[in-house]
Amino acid sequence: MFEVVLAVVRRDLKLAWRRQADIGAALFFFVIVASLFPLGVGPEPDLLRKLSPGVLWVGALLSTLLTLPRLFADDFRDGSLEQLMLAPQPLGLVVLGKVIAHWLVAGLPLALVAPVLGLQFDLPGDALAVLTLSIALGTPALSGIGAIGAALTLGLRGGAVLLSLLILPLYVPVLIFGAGAVDATLTGLGPQAHLSLLAALTVAGLCFAPFAAAAGLRIAVD
Amino acid sequence: MSNLNLFHYAAPATFYPLAGRLRPLFVALAILFGAAGLWLGLFVAPTDFQQGEGYRIIFVHVPASWMSMFIYCAMAFWGAMNLVFNTRLSGMMAQALAPTGALFAFLSLWTGALWGKPMWGTWWVWDARLTSELVLFFLYVGYMALVASIDDPRRADKAGAVLLLVGVVNIPIIYFSVQWWSTLHQGASISMTKAPSMAHTMLWGMLLMALSFWMYTIAVAFARVRAIILDRERHTDWVRALVRQA
Amino acid sequence: MLEVTNLECARGDRRLFAGVGFRLDAGELLHVSGHNGAGKTTLLRTLVGLTQPVDGEIRWQGAPVAKLGEDYRGQLAYLGHGNGIKEELTPLENLAVSARVAGLAADEERDFQALGEVGLASRADLPCRVLSQGQKRRVALARLIRDRRPLWVLDEPFVALDVKAVSWLAGRIGAHVAGGGLVVMTTHQPVSVPGATVRELWLGERGDV
Repeated sequence: MFEVVLAVVRRDLKLAWRRQADIGAALFFFVIVASLFPLGVGPEPDLLRKLSPGVLWVGALLSTLLTLPRLFADDFRDGSLEQLMLAPQPLGLVVLGKVIAHWLVAGLPLALVAPVLGLQFDLPGDALAVLTLSIALGTPALSGIGAIGAALTLGLRGGAVLLSLLILPLYVPVLIFGAGAVDATLTGLGPQAHLSLLAALTVAGLCFAPFAAAAGLRIAVD
Repeated sequence: MSNLNLFHYAAPATFYPLAGRLRPLFVALAILFGAAGLWLGLFVAPTDFQQGEGYRIIFVHVPASWMSMFIYCAMAFWGAMNLVFNTRLSGMMAQALAPTGALFAFLSLWTGALWGKPMWGTWWVWDARLTSELVLFFLYVGYMALVASIDDPRRADKAGAVLLLVGVVNIPIIYFSVQWWSTLHQGASISMTKAPSMAHTMLWGMLLMALSFWMYTIAVAFARVRAIILDRERHTDWVRALVRQA
Repeated sequence: MLEVTNLECARGDRRLFAGVGFRLDAGELLHVSGHNGAGKTTLLRTLVGLTQPVDGEIRWQGAPVAKLGEDYRGQLAYLGHGNGIKEELTPLENLAVSARVAGLAADEERDFQALGEVGLASRADLPCRVLSQGQKRRVALARLIRDRRPLWVLDEPFVALDVKAVSWLAGRIGAHVAGGGLVVMTTHQPVSVPGATVRELWLGERGDV
């Protein structure tokens, strides 16, 4: 049953590899947003350290949001979405494959550059590690929930703006636990509670969101 | 099919006149309960020895917050009905309730700010309840924007229903996370409703106001759903006949 | 056997057709025709399950397709307006990807043979981006004949094909029907499919066979 998930992941990774520029653009967006903040609030290390969990996490949210409209749009345009939907497989699993591929392409790179950006904000070593871990743990939930919005706004005019309107409120818990984990490390409280809640969100997101997104896709292509 | 009777009133053509007949009743009830609630709240309830007269805004604020949550759940219920039974009317009901729900969420935020200024000396505090209410308001706006941007009404109903169900599952998670966030960040020593110290008259006042808001919601939802029915069924014979009569 | 009863479809608040019914047995071809906007594409999309009908029922081998779900989807091949191929991939990769998603074993030999049959053997390793419209259509057709599904639902399959390819495809459809397959198709071109029992469905004011 999970061969189809793997098949879709491989398909989307191959496509992303042929269009590397897209991956780089969203990643650089994250880097630029994070670098603009010190220019806006001043270079004071204490202030930056205090702001960094929120700033970096909001940056990660927005960067994920940038790549979401294309999650289904390209396949929709050339008719391959129809073919995917007609595959003799549960559509939820096909969507799960697309969500995992989206995370590997758009979420994981954010986690990998986050420690470098954390250095700009004068984060200590343990906070850098927690930042990386929290973004790696939380972004699958962002991809999963985002897939619902991408499916519902598929083919609509102004779909990208609408997508952020629908999805950002639903990202609130991920933001709170993600940024909270880093914050708790900085204040010495320990990030375990935040990280486990974040992991719970991701598990729940990956279990349920693809099926809601599949329902959204069926409505969108109707 | 034995349950066909249940769906009899779910046909827009039968519901349209029914909603029209019932609407004045709900308007009257809304005015009645509202007058009683305001009388209790503004004249009978004692002046709070700490907060003075300003606290009386809770007779609008608290019921408005309740309503904003109830209405979202009601919309999610109609959305689920629309997806499961494919009844057209339930999709229209969800859409008809949305502006009222958003209105109450906004009213709750607005009265919260008005209350906050004399109480805490600031228009806005990042209190857990206020923050959740703000997110709820965003959810309403998102739903209305999605439904408005889809031309095909059947697709709009269904897409909106999926969003509502996703939202209703998320609301407890959002509420819990915001609660968690605000306890960690201190400043949450302020709680907006102190239930134990609430006098009986205050509780009754709020309940009456909530009832009044319910009746108002039903009345405006009926009015709105009638407009939606007319718009969507404009090609049908019964609407044409109705227009010719008028 | 494909059986459709009392089918009604709408786009937005406009009813396209109602009361459409037909029965298609193995070895038969149904040619759907009608004016522009009569709902030919919608009918085909409804048959494969991409669009939900307002009313009516579609049965495959006696069971409603809504219940069959994946089992029905495994029996049909659909060719829509879009080719459903990725421009970034080569024809061979496209076939491999679609095979894997459909749960077929990877078999480059089989895929290459299908490409050979549509006359793309020499283009098998070029990205589809550089192919012409007609050649892209042929990649989609290669997938169709590779999958060997019993029910073919083809929406304007001859579009963008040259004369030689049109007659090849007509022959291929005829062979599929002769071999016990079922075909539902629309076309604007006057194409005769050799050796097939052709039934006509006209979508007009009221659809009937």
